[in-house]
Order: sequence, then C-alpha cells, then structure tokens
Amino acid sequence: MRHLLSTTDLQRETATALLDTAEALKQALLGREVRKLPTLRGRTVVTLFYESSTRTRASFEVAGKWMSADVVNISAAGSSVAKGESLRDTALTLAAMGADCIVIRHPASGAAHRLASWVPTHVVNAGDGTHQHPTQALLDAATLRERLGTLNGRTVTIVGDVLHSRVARSNIELLITLGARVHLVAPATLLPCGVENWGVENWGVANRVTVGHDLDAALPGTDAVLMLRVQVERMQGGFFPSAREYSISYGLTEARLELLPEHAVVLHPGPMLRGMEIAHSVADSPRAAITEQVRNGVHVRMAVLYHLLAAQEEQA
Amino acid sequence: MKRPLLLRGIRPYGAGEAVDLLIRDGVIAELGPSLDGTGAEMLDGGGLVALPGLVDLHAHLREPGREDVETIATGSAAAALGGYTAVFAMANTDPVADTAVVVEHVYRRGREVGLVDVHPVGAVTAGLRGERLAELGAMASSAAAVRIFSDDGMCVHDSLLMRRALEYTRGLGGVIAQHAEDPRLTAGAQAHEGEIAARLGLAGWPAAAEESIVARDCLLARDAAATLHICHASTAGTVEVLRWAKERGIRVSAEVTPHHLLLTDERLAGYDPVNKVNPPLRTAADTQALRAALAEGIVDCVATDHAPHAAQDKDCEWSAARPGMLGLQTALSVVIAAMVCPGLLDWRGVARVMSERPARIGGATDHGRPIAVGQPATLVLVDPDATWTVRGDGLASLADNTPYEGMELPGRVVATLLRGEITAEGGKVQR
Repeated sequence: MRHLLSTTDLQRETATALLDTAEALKQALLGREVRKLPTLRGRTVVTLFYESSTRTRASFEVAGKWMSADVVNISAAGSSVAKGESLRDTALTLAAMGADCIVIRHPASGAAHRLASWVPTHVVNAGDGTHQHPTQALLDAATLRERLGTLNGRTVTIVGDVLHSRVARSNIELLITLGARVHLVAPATLLPCGVENWGVENWGVANRVTVGHDLDAALPGTDAVLMLRVQVERMQGGFFPSAREYSISYGLTEARLELLPEHAVVLHPGPMLRGMEIAHSVADSPRAAITEQVRNGVHVRMAVLYHLLAAQEEQA
Repeated sequence: MKRPLLLRGIRPYGAGEAVDLLIRDGVIAELGPSLDGTGAEMLDGGGLVALPGLVDLHAHLREPGREDVETIATGSAAAALGGYTAVFAMANTDPVADTAVVVEHVYRRGREVGLVDVHPVGAVTAGLRGERLAELGAMASSAAAVRIFSDDGMCVHDSLLMRRALEYTRGLGGVIAQHAEDPRLTAGAQAHEGEIAARLGLAGWPAAAEESIVARDCLLARDAAATLHICHASTAGTVEVLRWAKERGIRVSAEVTPHHLLLTDERLAGYDPVNKVNPPLRTAADTQALRAALAEGIVDCVATDHAPHAAQDKDCEWSAARPGMLGLQTALSVVIAAMVCPGLLDWRGVARVMSERPARIGGATDHGRPIAVGQPATLVLVDPDATWTVRGDGLASLADNTPYEGMELPGRVVATLLRGEITAEGGKVQR
C-alpha cells in the first residue's frame, strides 16, 4: 500500500489486514503502562489540516507518537497557507523537508488524490470535502467487528446526510467490501444521485445499497446503526424543513432504540448533536460504541501508518 | 501584384476526383482538372480534402486582461493551425467587451495579426453583471460590427432582462448567444450531476439547470420573434428542447463543443482539473445524443469554447481550478474522431457544421462560402489519413490545458488559406 486515499481502492484482503493489525496493536498495548512502540522511530509524519478537527487530528498524532514517529502538525491558519500558498507548493515544501507521510484534511474533494500526484511522500486522506474519510470507515469497521464478530452478512443502517458525508461514502464502500449489507435512511434531498446502484457484484451475486426513508421500518432488521452528523449549514440550506422535523423522522430516540435487536450497535462519528440526531440517553447507553470508536481510531491509524511506512520495508 | 497560387490535386469536400484550384487576388479564379499553372506559385495538394475555412463561434482569446494565458496573436495562431479562418472572441475579458471601445480594440488587434478574422462578441449586460443591457447598438454600429452578443461564462438568468435583450437585438439584426445555466441550480457545482460526481463527492451540475434555461429562452425568442443561439449544448434533454423549438419555427440555433462530443464524466476519477469545464463533461448517453443531433442538424454547429488557463489555475485541487479547456487546434481532429470516423458525418457535413452554419449564424458573410469560381479563397486543406499525438506544450496557445494530452487523433490540417493568403502550412504559422 502506497497511499490511503479512499476505501474504494481497498481490496478485502488489504482491509482485513489493516483491521487485523489494528487489533494486534490494541492487544499489544493493552494494560501497558508505557504505550510506546519503536516501529516508526526516525520517521516523520506531517498532519496537514485545512479544516478544524479535534478527534481525527489528535488521533493521528497519538497514533504516530505511540509508534515513535516524529509528528509535525500544520494548520491552514497560522502558516504560509494563510498567506495564500497553493496546496501544491505546501506539499512540495513538506516533501522537501523529508516528510515520510502526509496526513491531509482538506475541504476540496479529491485534494488527497492531487497531493499524491505531486509528491513522492505517502499520503493518508484524513477527510477530503464530501468525498472520503477512509480511516473513519476503518475504525467503524474495527468497532463493529469487535461487537458483532464479523461484518459478513450483517446489515448496517446509515442514517442522515449521506449526500454531504465523506464518512458515509467511505463506510458504504468498505462495508460492502467486507461483505456487509448497507441500508441508507435519509430524506431524499440528502441522498446522492444514483446511490441505489452503489455496490458490487461477485460471481453473479449483487450486494447493492438499499435505500429507504422510514427509520422505524429499518431498525428491527439492523445489526448496527450509524448516525451521521447533520451540519448546521445544511439545516439552513432547505434540505429539510426544520431541525425538529428532522429529529422526529431521523433522530435516534429511546423509543427507536427499543426497535433494534438486542445485539445491535449504535455508532456516531462525532461530533454529536445530542437531542437532534441522537437522544442524550441513547448516546450514553451501552448499545452505543461511540467511545470505543474513538479508542479504535488510534489503533486503526497506527495500523495504517505501519502498513504505509514499515510493512513495505519488511516485505522488501 | 501578387503571384497567383495553384493548389494542385485537391478534393473539394473530400468527394470526387482530385482537381486543381487557381487563386488570383484572393479569389478562386479557376477550378478544374489539370489547370495551367504557368507563372503561379504551386502547392501540391496530393489528394487532400479541401473545405471552406473553419469558423468558430466561441473562443476565449483572453485579450485584453489575461495576456499571460492567451493573446489575440497566439489565439489566432492556434486557430489558423487548427484550420480556422474566422473566430468569434468572447466578451468576458478584463475589461469586459461591453463597449464600442473594447470591441473595436479586439477587432483591430485581430486585423493587425491577420491570421484569422477576429469577430468580437459583445456582452449582453454591462460588466456581465446581469443587471442592465450593455450598449448593444453602439457595439453593433462600431467598426467591429458586432452581431453576436453573449455574457458567456455567466447566464443572462433574469427572465425579463433576457426578454429585453432578445427584443432589442432583433432590431439590430443580432443574435443573443446564451450560456444556459440557472445559477440557483448550480451554486457550488463542480461536475455533472450523476453517479460519478456523487461517488467523487463533487457537487452536481444538474442537466435541468441547462435545459430549463434553453426552454425558457426558446419561448422568449418565440414571443420576441428574435434570434437565439445556445452556447455549448451539453445534454440529451437540451437536444429534445431544441427539436421541439425548431419544429415550431422558433429561430434558435445551437452549438456543441468538441469535448462534449468526445469526452465523458468518467474522466473525472483522478480529479485532474484539466477535465473541469463549464458546462461539465456529461455522460456517454449525452455524448451520443449530441452526436446524433449534430448529424441531424438539431444542433447546428461545432464551436470550441477554447478556454486557455494558467498552469496554477489547473495544477491545484479540483474545486479551486478554473473551468475550461483548449480547443482551437484540436477541434477538427476531434470532430473527425467523433463524427467522421463513426460515419455520422461526411466531409460535406463537416463543412456544414464547422464552417457554413457558424458563418451564417455569426453573419461572417465572407466565410463558409462554396468552393467555387468567384468565391473567396478561404479554405482549409486536410490530410484525412494522417494522425498526430496531442502535446499541450506543442500547441500555439500560451496555456497548455488540453484534455487530449497524449491522445492520438485522426486528421491533420496541412494548410489554411484566408482570402488566398496561406496563414498556416505544415504545422507552422505563415506570417
């Protein structure tokens, strides 16, 4: 693996290997007082963030540091980026300084792809516009694997603003690659064009995304429900009439939690709008795996950095 | 007194036996087999296809304002090398071509360069702001004799203003060329609204944003008894609306770009902004519908929408890139690939869609004339069997944003003649 740009590029074997590595790293670090592995000593990981982020950036930083990489954080504000430097020039500068890996978050879809075409450095997409956020999908898959044992044949219902969600795009691709069935529930205004054709066909058996607008009908047959964040600007953009109506139709309330099977898991990529997307008590219930997602995020990102920066050398 | 020029062994419209063509004083003086070339300069045609010089209704020559990416001189060179003898230069320059002063400047620069007839397009609204009409009459009666008015790049989206523009230009004998794009439906749009853009996370440019404006403007043109031209028709739905309008005798014409005939949104996968253009690359079904419409005459002509851009405006992330691609030097080859090779058009058809119809629509009376005795010797000679590989840095334009980089295309312009003068020959500008 040279870059991690999107989950579309991930073969089932690669994705499984990443999840296995994440699991192994988690076990290796379990109960340790000093959580530091020497794996990436002398390697430089740059996080280049053009959007504000708390958890993703911190998660990558922790992941790098636990593997002894030197981690440098650059924000668009307060750097030459703020003075109008182009993405390409910034990338070339960082590569010239000897960055081994650039972790980029950018508001433009495809920014990570462009970056990878300009520099010889490994590139990890930490979220590009409304396109992809592959490490989020991997950490969601890691969490679901832990809770459900496997994703093969499981049904995951994704709820909310699929149209503008890079989390949804990454998850749909990865979940289908891992053999899960994906059901989307959203108002029609928040569904991407032609989403019902997303999926794969293997040996004549199609695994395609299914789409609905009725959350109550979907929940009983669901093994996991992934609630998407609703961005404030969408609420003012006329995609749905009001936050209240959205909450009534698509919010995960206590009553709806009861509709889920006993074993079902609730995921949210955060940050959450409690009371609107998800009821306060649901977010904190034992069914919700939200803090596990965050914890697994570090291990998944360690695994990604390991596969990009260390594993290839071992193979060579 | 300039020596006569004898074109030996050419095939007008690619049909019939090769004939000789003698040019005297810029006019076709004789046409027939084995002409006596005594005292004349000779150009061996070797069975080349002769067509009337190509006419482009839609090019961005960027002068004045962005002489770093194209000038009237370099754009004219690209045009001559591409087989063009007349080019309509769009109004979205800086300053905008919305006054007689600016259009006369563009016209005179074109004359000084002398490689093609440069016809400035005048803006419909002052500053392309879509608020009030520009001085259309002053531009029409200027030395540039502007006939086509367009806010291209922007849509004249205000219905009342568009109606007034159509009515007013009827009185001037002019045409409004509309960039059909409902700005409310395309706010933030980055790519054709469809499955590919959806997967790539690029905000969609819906077909209805074009089709609804085309339909509205056809109705406005009907009521105003005015003449409307649709820039860069790009969807199958637009074709259907045009068919409806033409069947009812509405005076509407339309152009399609070479790239909308050949390229589709499947090229967007790598996010290379060289593929970013407005209107966006559409689906294969749209491409097929546009080809059929061009062959049938529902879409009248091919226009390049030649749009040079600086490297820094393309070598960036997709959403930051400017829309547009080079077209003048590749248009004929792309039309051969998309229309002639599959058997949708013969050479007479190519003459129709790339010379005769656009000359008529733009009122370039000197162009798109028959290849016949007494007519201006404004011609292009094409080697239909040659192929060439496109290299952006080998094109005459200052910019190199061609989407055909590395592609091998059929057909090669051997020579271009403007009123008997060779403007380009063997891939070199003759001036």
